[in-house]
Amino acid sequence: MLPLRTFKRQETHWWVSCLIFPTAIGLSLAICALLLKLQGKPAIQGIGLLFQGAFGSHWAIQDCLLKAIPIFLCSLGVAVAFRLQVWNIGAEGQFALGAIGATAAALQWPGLPGYALLPLMAAAALAAGGLWGFIPAVLKLRMRANEIIVTLMLNYIAILLLDYLVYGRWKDPQSFGFPMTAIFSDNAIVGRIGDTGLHWGLALCVATGGVLWLFFRFTRLGYELKASGENLGAARYAGLPYERLLILVMLLSGGLAGWAGFLEASATINRLQPSIMVGYGYTAIVVAWLARLNPLSIGLASFLLAALRVGVENLQLDLQVPAAFGGIMEGLILLTILAGSFFADYGWQWRRRSA
Amino acid sequence: MNGEFFIPLLAAAIQSGTPILFATLGEILTEKSGVINLGVEGMMVVGALAAFWIAQSTGAPLLAFLIAGVAGSLLAGIHGAVCLWFRGNQVVSGLALTILGTGLADFLGTPLIGQSAPGFGPVHLPTLAAIPILGPVILTQDLLVYISLLCAPLLWVFLYKTRWGLALRSAGEFPEAAAAAGLNVVAYRWLGVLAGGALAGWGGAYLSLAYTHLWTNGMSAGRGWIAVALVIFAFWRPGRAIAGAYLFGGVMALQLRLQAAGTHWPSSILLMLPYALTVVVLVLAARLERGSEAPAALGINIDPHE
Repeated sequence: MLPLRTFKRQETHWWVSCLIFPTAIGLSLAICALLLKLQGKPAIQGIGLLFQGAFGSHWAIQDCLLKAIPIFLCSLGVAVAFRLQVWNIGAEGQFALGAIGATAAALQWPGLPGYALLPLMAAAALAAGGLWGFIPAVLKLRMRANEIIVTLMLNYIAILLLDYLVYGRWKDPQSFGFPMTAIFSDNAIVGRIGDTGLHWGLALCVATGGVLWLFFRFTRLGYELKASGENLGAARYAGLPYERLLILVMLLSGGLAGWAGFLEASATINRLQPSIMVGYGYTAIVVAWLARLNPLSIGLASFLLAALRVGVENLQLDLQVPAAFGGIMEGLILLTILAGSFFADYGWQWRRRSA
Repeated sequence: MNGEFFIPLLAAAIQSGTPILFATLGEILTEKSGVINLGVEGMMVVGALAAFWIAQSTGAPLLAFLIAGVAGSLLAGIHGAVCLWFRGNQVVSGLALTILGTGLADFLGTPLIGQSAPGFGPVHLPTLAAIPILGPVILTQDLLVYISLLCAPLLWVFLYKTRWGLALRSAGEFPEAAAAAGLNVVAYRWLGVLAGGALAGWGGAYLSLAYTHLWTNGMSAGRGWIAVALVIFAFWRPGRAIAGAYLFGGVMALQLRLQAAGTHWPSSILLMLPYALTVVVLVLAARLERGSEAPAALGINIDPHE
């Protein structure tokens, strides 16, 4: 037995928390470099390409920002649910439903002017994503079905539903057999900000993040949510309406992921096709946990994990490394952070001689 | 009853259900020790890859199968370290393990895509195979099916008839009391995590050594998550896990046959069936449950020094 014993810290030292994050990233990068080496690729050059791809040029940083948008919205939703200790793993499916909802509106009313069509698409995405969050919430409350598994199964179902639509009834007759809808009309496409490559979805992110921050900070409902998340038992005892909060949280969580789907379909690929699903919903979970569910940190963490994706694309091009490399990094970062939190929450002291 | 349709279907149900059975038994063992591991999907694909790679390079499927168990255990060991040593959140750690495992298998397996490897085929027992129904359905399967069927009663005996099993269950039900009684709770939880990982790895091995003899990305297709759901459906009992796994195997096999037969149902809708059934089964399990059958300390980390 070691002569040391652990004890739970009353307060976390800020410098410990600051050390954990870079240590975790460094450790994950080191393991990934080792993996590259095992595959006979130049490890140091690979890590260099990762950084250069993500931050090397102004185009690269723009690309990071663009990819951070859907991750941020999904992650905000995930974090809201996690706060109430509801394990919503379903951002991926809610994202798909949002894209489907927005596409339905875009295909239905292609001639509407943009100021009417875009809000309509956003509303459809919010409703469809919200529905995909509502189902597991109701099943949890009424049927006691575990939300982790239900949200995950709904992910598979949502992706298959998307496939069904683009391979079938929504398929563009002029697509030469490719599974995709026709390209959206100009009115259904979220515009660019000035002459940059960024689109107005970025503004939507900033606004949503701000509103949520204000909501948690200043409204009664936001306070109830925070209180319930911190101590579920006490909150129920104090008579807070847990059931209503849960439904609300899952609607909001699903709706936010739905918006991410709307922006991807409208602004990024201008149509619906299976390749819209690249796992942002799962990255969002990693982001939410890295950011300790704090909206401001979620912004930063979204950017970092988007940068990882952009960097991996560069690796793919230059060293023919499979895209799965990004998944390995994400998993490793999350695991090392989880383990690292131990050092923030616990301290050591010398074991006293047993009396 | 149309024998030409149903008998091959039942045989296919068993083959399709076997990877799920291995994984479900593994997760039952892990959860009985008080640890929830949502990394089953990740451990399965890593097991599938390890098995495929070893079988291809050594030509020895049985060795490949065993190594797949070691690979599953190794990955589970990461979860064990994060949760048992560093007391990290078990739900999030399991998810991270699935992300990591899927990434690792895709990354390391990319050069192997489309290749084939030696594996297990049906055993030939001429007299037994001639028995009507039972013969073609159950007595002409491959060796791994019989191993999985053996694992279920063995797990039951271990959990309910041995001292180690009792100790492992008490680590999942009353860890403080178990520790006070002098049991090394953390060691028993390690046992549950590692042995459960080995079983999940075996489930993956079945996919690449017997179910197909190929390597493709995304081979597990959610079977690991179905296994996690089946643990609840089976009320943490090995015997019911067999029924649950074959039920899902049946739906997957039926779905494939309907696609092949060319019904007017689009394939994406048919492919939804197992996932939709998982939700139904979860709801049913909650209806049937009499009390809370989950281990009382499931998912709760313990401080070995307090």
